[in-house]
Amino acid sequence: MSGKARIWLFGDDVNTDLIIPGKYLDNYDPAHLAAHAMEGINKNFANDVSNGDIIVAGRNFGCGSSREQAVIALKHAGVEAVVAKSFARIFYRNAINLGFPVIVSGTASTVFKDGDSAVLDMDSGTLSSRDGAKVAAVEQIPAHVKTIVDAGGLVPYIKRRLGKN
Amino acid sequence: MIGYLVEIPFPAIRKVTLLSGVDQLCCTIRLASSFVILKYPHLVGAIVASRTFAEKVLGRASGNPKAEAGDVVEASPDLVMSHENTYLVNKSFSEFGLDRPWDPNRIVVVLDHRTPANSVQTASVHAQIRQLVKDYGIKRFFDAGEGICHQLLVEERLVRPGQLVLGTDSHTTTAGAVGSFATGIGATEMAGVWATGSLWLKVPETFKVELSGHLPKGVYAKDVALRLAAIVGPSGADYRCIEFDGSLVQDLPIAGRMVLCNMSMEMGAKAAIVVPDSVTKEWFRGNVPPVTAVVRSDPDADCERRIEVDVLRLSPVVAGPHKVEDSKSVDKFKDVRIDQAFIGTCTNGRLEDLIAAAQVLKGRKVSAECRLIVTPASRKVLADALDMGVVQTIVAAGGTLLPPGCGPCLGSHEGVLGPGEVCISSSNRNFQGRMGSEDAEIYLASPATVAASAVEGKIADPRRYLA
Repeated sequence: MSGKARIWLFGDDVNTDLIIPGKYLDNYDPAHLAAHAMEGINKNFANDVSNGDIIVAGRNFGCGSSREQAVIALKHAGVEAVVAKSFARIFYRNAINLGFPVIVSGTASTVFKDGDSAVLDMDSGTLSSRDGAKVAAVEQIPAHVKTIVDAGGLVPYIKRRLGKN
Repeated sequence: MIGYLVEIPFPAIRKVTLLSGVDQLCCTIRLASSFVILKYPHLVGAIVASRTFAEKVLGRASGNPKAEAGDVVEASPDLVMSHENTYLVNKSFSEFGLDRPWDPNRIVVVLDHRTPANSVQTASVHAQIRQLVKDYGIKRFFDAGEGICHQLLVEERLVRPGQLVLGTDSHTTTAGAVGSFATGIGATEMAGVWATGSLWLKVPETFKVELSGHLPKGVYAKDVALRLAAIVGPSGADYRCIEFDGSLVQDLPIAGRMVLCNMSMEMGAKAAIVVPDSVTKEWFRGNVPPVTAVVRSDPDADCERRIEVDVLRLSPVVAGPHKVEDSKSVDKFKDVRIDQAFIGTCTNGRLEDLIAAAQVLKGRKVSAECRLIVTPASRKVLADALDMGVVQTIVAAGGTLLPPGCGPCLGSHEGVLGPGEVCISSSNRNFQGRMGSEDAEIYLASPATVAASAVEGKIADPRRYLA
């Protein structure tokens, strides 16, 4: 996981109603959900986000409902990863299960500004600006969930476990 | 059976509980501590470390009785529940190429979020779910109009004390009101449980909330929960199991206990229970099989955090937009005009809630400046409220009755808010845009406060309407 990305900076307690409002949940099409990603907090996000961009946020990202569509919306909008101080637990599990990287960093949300360009390098455990002037350490994904991430999500992971691959 | 509690300076065992029947040995241990254990190693088998409720339930469900907070276990749930997102669960499940879920008898499916169907798409989803429950032999299926999933799990006694319960809804924590460890997961995760019968769970730390005092007139469990949200914050109980205890909760009926466990989700809790007691056992009276035992934390089990709150001087509480933790005494919100008042949801749509609203509304009229929407949490709640004349009082006052279900709480139908509109709601979330327009405002309060506000057309203290 490594690439150059625009940082989209958000604060604490970004809830799932902001990530994908309930009125869009009738339609399960990922493209439809992606078209309304983060609409509750930034109406331009879905239009302006590019493949590989990274969301950096404060504490408790993804709090609120268990709607998996919150992860689907971000993933299909092209977001490469969410780097936050902490995650609400159901959002975190949903992301892991859908093979969407959610990474904890105590400092990224204070080091980076919205619109910064950055490179996420899980090997070195850093999120750093292109010129190297800004660096935030990121935590590795815990071992017990990394096996699911490495498999590409829970469905391929369980398929393997069931011997269905 | 818990015998004696002793402190033993033994590196592997900080606190121990001796099983009954070892009284004399217990005295010896008190005197000689770890030396005795070393001298009589056979005793160690009779000694178990003090354990929390979460450790006991997840230890049992994972076949790992030594599981401790922080351990990751592979646990098998006793009961799982999904609502309309059963559609998403099945979408992932169908990728596994299995004929049916691991145990259809442990699966509950409820249609409640968009019922009756609000769109062609929802109608199609409902139809597919009705078919798949037949195909899989899922007997515990509750179709549109039966009620809200969290209400039905408790009301129908589907959830029992000490069980591990999973639901594809964040407010699954509500079932902790009857002493179960109940937590929310996502749809794909549930598909994995349908396939394998288990999932990984980290055994949570315990967060004790001691509530003392008696509720003053016009103050309800909801007011306590909103006050707690301000004290604990939206992530203050993250990844933890809240245990409510104290003289207040011992007085609370199951309905009030459900409010506390439901709202714990808004503090980040993984699960929440009201420590089970005689009220819990009474709830299951006559049930088959009988509830003979409940699971509780040992008295000196580790708890990571503990707070005490006395509710004696608590006033009705209102949470302002757009955060649940932005809660203050109702008098701080006077003169906030409202367009809509909503009573219902998995938080406050029970019989007790409709009765509280009717006490305020009796002989009065909803203000011409606003509308009142009432959504019973289940068909049984509706039937009981009809029997008692509660529905008649609400309708006579000018309230609009909607069918049992989630109603307008999640902004998909039946009372969606337009730009600039203000709603006071008995629900659990006032997040921006939740009930419709991002430019609308949601205030949270108890059903009595919502009813009083409906009468005045602005946020109002219910105490002046209660005899």
